Amino acid sequence: MISVKQLRRTFGPIVAVDDVSFEVAQGDVLGFLGPNGAGKSTAMKMLACFLPPDSGTATVCGHDILKDPIAVRKSVGYLAENAPAYNEMTVGGFLNFVCDARQIRGQARNKVLDRIVPLCSVDSVYHQTIDTLSKGYRRRVGLAQALIHDPQVLILDEPTDGLDPNQKHDVRLLINEMAKDKCIIISTHILEEVELVCNRAIIIARGKILVDSTPDDLKKEHNCTLDEVFRKITAAKKSA
Amino acid sequence: MNGFRAVFKRELKGYFATPVAYVFLVIFLFAAGYMTFQKGFYQMRQADMSIFFKNLPLLFAFMAPAVGMRLWAEERKSGSIELLFTLPITVSQAVIGKFLAAWTFLAIGLLLTFPVPLTVCYLGDPDIGLIITGYVGSLLMAGGFLAIGSFFSALSKNQVISVILAVVACFILMFAGLPTTLNYLAGTLPAGMLRVVESLSFQTHFDSILKGVIEFKDIAYFVILIVGWTIACSIILNERKAS
Repeated sequence: MISVKQLRRTFGPIVAVDDVSFEVAQGDVLGFLGPNGAGKSTAMKMLACFLPPDSGTATVCGHDILKDPIAVRKSVGYLAENAPAYNEMTVGGFLNFVCDARQIRGQARNKVLDRIVPLCSVDSVYHQTIDTLSKGYRRRVGLAQALIHDPQVLILDEPTDGLDPNQKHDVRLLINEMAKDKCIIISTHILEEVELVCNRAIIIARGKILVDSTPDDLKKEHNCTLDEVFRKITAAKKSA
Repeated sequence: MNGFRAVFKRELKGYFATPVAYVFLVIFLFAAGYMTFQKGFYQMRQADMSIFFKNLPLLFAFMAPAVGMRLWAEERKSGSIELLFTLPITVSQAVIGKFLAAWTFLAIGLLLTFPVPLTVCYLGDPDIGLIITGYVGSLLMAGGFLAIGSFFSALSKNQVISVILAVVACFILMFAGLPTTLNYLAGTLPAGMLRVVESLSFQTHFDSILKGVIEFKDIAYFVILIVGWTIACSIILNERKAS
């Protein structure tokens, strides 16, 4: 459903994403791993059609990110790194705005909100303005916003960052539940999360893909925990 | 179209969700009223609104950039621009939606000055046509200033910088047409250039609308101004939305 072809993006002299290619199919939950500044967020921003690539392209659900960005955005649910939202709006107002932008109206909107609000457990803060929310609640609002149109493809940049252990567990369950008929990309620093939800893992550092495998294979191959595998692979690259 | 509607609605509501709108409206209405009645409205002994309209450019040169400054600077600073442009909304839909929302807000401000025409009608028998063209001209002028404000708001993440740049740009465009400036420039510039400077100015076109004649060239001036700065704003956003 996602096919990335030689995607490359630079910021001045820094090469953030360097000739990255991969494919993700329906039912895949891809864990995007890498040290800080590896290019994970940049790659995700390009897939969500926020950043244009310098060269290369990608297709999401058959739509090219360069030729038809609006169609791509319609089929993608995207949660950005800091879960940006409009601070002066209430949670309800904000979700209604997203419905407006995504053309969910009338009955359909009520149904969607009835489903998504308890699903992301934001019912208790529904009438609060977003700038009064804690980090965890903000992220849940961001998640609600990304799931609101029941997208085929989910791109989540550190979805569990700032959540308490219970919420982390809930989000992981949610992702597992949705995994069957969607295609999900998650970036994270929490490696146990990768083991719990992902059936594929890509390790990226300095813009290049170092490993594209499954969490189980990685562990077997290196005969150690994912933490150690991650350190081995990314540290070896640094000293090289 | 839906993207446009969503942005417009959110933005217009956004003004009233914070105290910004009320602070703005109170200051605007107070200043507009004060300047009218302070500067010889009664002494003129004439039932018209010329004094009211003559003061508006000065007021809007501050107020329109102040309304426009949050349009994009805030969006970029808080990062919500990343949300906006990963929803199925194009840059031009968002730019037009936001501009029209802010313009509507300024129009509400203008509408709330209704006690002034009511006062004039009570005191005498004014030329209604003149009042209507005055309002049309003021609205167009507000739109022009606002388009400049929204451009500078897209240029800088910092609202203070964006509002200062916009106010300066508005003042340059306003003062270019004042007699003092033109007299000063007459010493250095050839006559042709002087006419260009004069016709680039807000003041020239606004004054001519205030006389009660709506001419194509004056309307065209404001329309081109608004469209031009708005297009420039979209170009800047396309370039810099992610930086």
